Amino acid sequence: MKKGTYSSWGMYPYYPQIAHDCMWRDELTTKLKGMVEIHGSTLAYGNGRSYGDSCFAHSDNVLSTRCLNKIILADWETGKIICESGITFEEIIDIALPKGWFLPVTPGTKFVTLGGAIANDIHGKNHHHKGTFGCHIKQFCLIRADQKELICSNQKNTSLFQATIGGLGLTGIIKWAEIQLIPVNSSEIESTAIRFDSLEEFFTISKELDTQYEYSATWIDCLAKNNSIGKGIYFAGNHTKKNTLEIKTKKNKTLPFTLPISAVNSLTLRAFNYLYFRKHKTGRKNILMPYDKFFYPLDGVLHWNRIYGKKGFQQYQCIIPEKNAYNGIKTILKLISDHKCGSFLAVLKRCGDIPSPGLLSFPMPGISLALDFPQNNKLVALFSKLDEIVRETQGRLYPAKDAHMTGSDFRLSYPSWEKVEALRDPALNSRFWKRVTD
Amino acid sequence: MKKIVILGAMSTIAIACTRLWANKECEFILIARNKDKLSQIADDLTARGSIVHIKTSDFSDYSKHETLSKECFEKVGNIDILLTAYGTLPDQIECEKNTDIALQEFHTNGLSVISLLNHFAMRMEKQDTVSGTISGTIAVISSVAGDRGRASNYLYGAAKSAVSTYCSGLRARLSRTGIHVLTIKPGFVDTQMTQHLTLPEKLTASPEQVAHDISGAITSKKDVLYTRWFWRYIMLIIVIIPNRIFKKMKF
Ligand SMILES: Cc1cc2nc3c(=O)[nH]c(=O)nc-3n(C[C@H](O)[C@H](O)[C@H](O)COP(=O)(O)OP(=O)(O)OC[C@H]3O[C@@H](n4cnc5c(N)ncnc54)[C@H](O)[C@@H]3O)c2cc1C
Ligand SMILES: NC(=O)c1ccc[n+]([C@@H]2O[C@H](COP(=O)([O-])OP(=O)(O)OC[C@H]3O[C@@H](n4cnc5c(N)ncnc54)[C@H](OP(=O)(O)O)[C@@H]3O)[C@@H](O)[C@H]2O)c1
Repeated sequence: MKKGTYSSWGMYPYYPQIAHDCMWRDELTTKLKGMVEIHGSTLAYGNGRSYGDSCFAHSDNVLSTRCLNKIILADWETGKIICESGITFEEIIDIALPKGWFLPVTPGTKFVTLGGAIANDIHGKNHHHKGTFGCHIKQFCLIRADQKELICSNQKNTSLFQATIGGLGLTGIIKWAEIQLIPVNSSEIESTAIRFDSLEEFFTISKELDTQYEYSATWIDCLAKNNSIGKGIYFAGNHTKKNTLEIKTKKNKTLPFTLPISAVNSLTLRAFNYLYFRKHKTGRKNILMPYDKFFYPLDGVLHWNRIYGKKGFQQYQCIIPEKNAYNGIKTILKLISDHKCGSFLAVLKRCGDIPSPGLLSFPMPGISLALDFPQNNKLVALFSKLDEIVRETQGRLYPAKDAHMTGSDFRLSYPSWEKVEALRDPALNSRFWKRVTD
Repeated sequence: MKKIVILGAMSTIAIACTRLWANKECEFILIARNKDKLSQIADDLTARGSIVHIKTSDFSDYSKHETLSKECFEKVGNIDILLTAYGTLPDQIECEKNTDIALQEFHTNGLSVISLLNHFAMRMEKQDTVSGTISGTIAVISSVAGDRGRASNYLYGAAKSAVSTYCSGLRARLSRTGIHVLTIKPGFVDTQMTQHLTLPEKLTASPEQVAHDISGAITSKKDVLYTRWFWRYIMLIIVIIPNRIFKKMKF
């Protein structure tokens, strides 16, 4: 219900969004029509955990769904739940986990909404086993300004179902969705961490161990050079069979204000990476971890994005198809380490081959790399070099994280974009879409 | 299992309270005006594992209050928590020009609350509990606005003041029976009621924070709760400002 303006997680680019709340799901249609009359077009805004401009309305007036956070129906025997689209993953876990159910797929933060997770067809550490979030959606209800409500599923209104999963909020406002949760015995994860010294090793380890672990992701030191390029720590885990279904409530720390300038520079970064790498001894380490420490280590500090200062930051996330992955990632990492200012968090993840129903889904079989950069003018040159490699290796960038990709790169790497454009609700448009399709 | 009755169950603050309580199994009776919205809240709480009954009622109709309280006790046997959370924020200027509206607002925020509390208290002080001793909490959302009448909303303030004073007496009377009376005095809260106002961000609480404070005050059997806590000190100062200065202040 908070008034005022919204930004995105990266705080870049700067287009303050005026938020219009909707308190009750039955008021969505009227609200949408009213906004379109006044502002021409709008866009749903979940919890603003996208980094760039994909959650910005072209009119800068967004329809906020955060107050729509009720469960409509839950069957705790089968793990099927129907929720309003503004409910967050945190809220779902708090209710479902004590009853023995967990999300089928979760991103690296639990502060995303159900609607946002569908619109970006998010993937998690278990992409190689479970595919994207969209693979677990049974059905949803879509509101379009020009029509009545539509129920969409694999059987009904199929083309809208496929266009909406990963559809960047452009095909309608999702009112509610039904998801299939997965049964778990415990709120803890049996996890393992393996330190390794080069990119080659990453490829061997992930090939061998991804089959044994439901979840995996890898932190790498983006400042490492030469033979050490790609050194890092491989983290993997499975839900344990032990019976402990409790949720520990721990108070989150919060960064209360935005720093005037970025605290992330090559000096702090080098120190962090050195210490983080050293903290993990060589060889394998197995430990039992609470689920939130394993899945959401960053959520422990609320608003950590503020350490990047007022200028904000950009995330660069690309995926390179398996056949070109080694060379592609190696070249990219080399360019980044030469640039000297990567991020605390550089993550590699091998994605699997389970297809998503979504037309604009980001993952493909291959390796995804994500890293954050404090915003500055030098990024333009670096990103354009990186984009070239991604293009040559037939990879693509993730719209949920993007504030820079060119229209031609987008249209080349997401050939289905025209199908989505054809099904777009004319009342909805985003800054991102305008940027890449105009 | 706790048995909880909410008068004004669709209030934003009340919704936050019910969600917090629903973390443990509870049986709720939710009472409000709008049936559709009430059932949406009921479905949500049911999915969280609670037992929920709903009733529709407009509290400005006194004639229904006795039956309403009787029906609640018949449904759940005895009540662990009664929360009154409904209210309106009158347009002060309108109230100055139109006495009918002024009285209607006083009626909703003041008299009807007193009437309901009277009926429920009568039954709660006699309720049997399993342990043989009488227990339960009557939690009433009043407001810091009742601590001193301000030019900008003294009609609302007067009604809340009547409620706070009534609660103070009720508490004294019921203290001999084991029933706990909690007067809740929120400052600014970001709810449906204050949507149209621009509130100072630093002084404005979220409904969840307020719910957390209310729940804590019920457990610790506090008499009067200021929420957030700093309002106790703000009001301490506001109350002692001499009238010759106070009457010139523009708020
Ligand atoms: C720390 C962190 C870690 C992350 N890790 C991952 C990860 O591991 N994997 C991954 O895939 N992503 C990851 N992300 C990105 C994040 O999961 C996505 O950006 C997600 O979509 C954000 O959800 P949101 O609710 O905040 O949506 P917003 O950012 O507010 O909106 C995102 C999109 O959803 C649309 N939308 C929102 N609600 C609705 C609705 N009701 N109907 C229709 N459209 C709607 C919006 O229009 C917009 O296009 C991460 C983000 C952060 C901050
Ligand atoms: N928000 C603040 O800053 C603040 C500060 C101090 C005190 N308070 C008090 O906190 C309590 C809760 O308010 P809130 O902030 O949560 O606001 P809210 O969301 O607007 O809730 C008020 C509720 O009262 C209901 N209501 C009003 N008149 C009614 C009647 N005659 N019969 C039945 N229901 C009636 C309304 O129902 P409908 O939806 O049907 O209209 C509404 O659901 C109120 O007593 C308010 O005075 C609030």
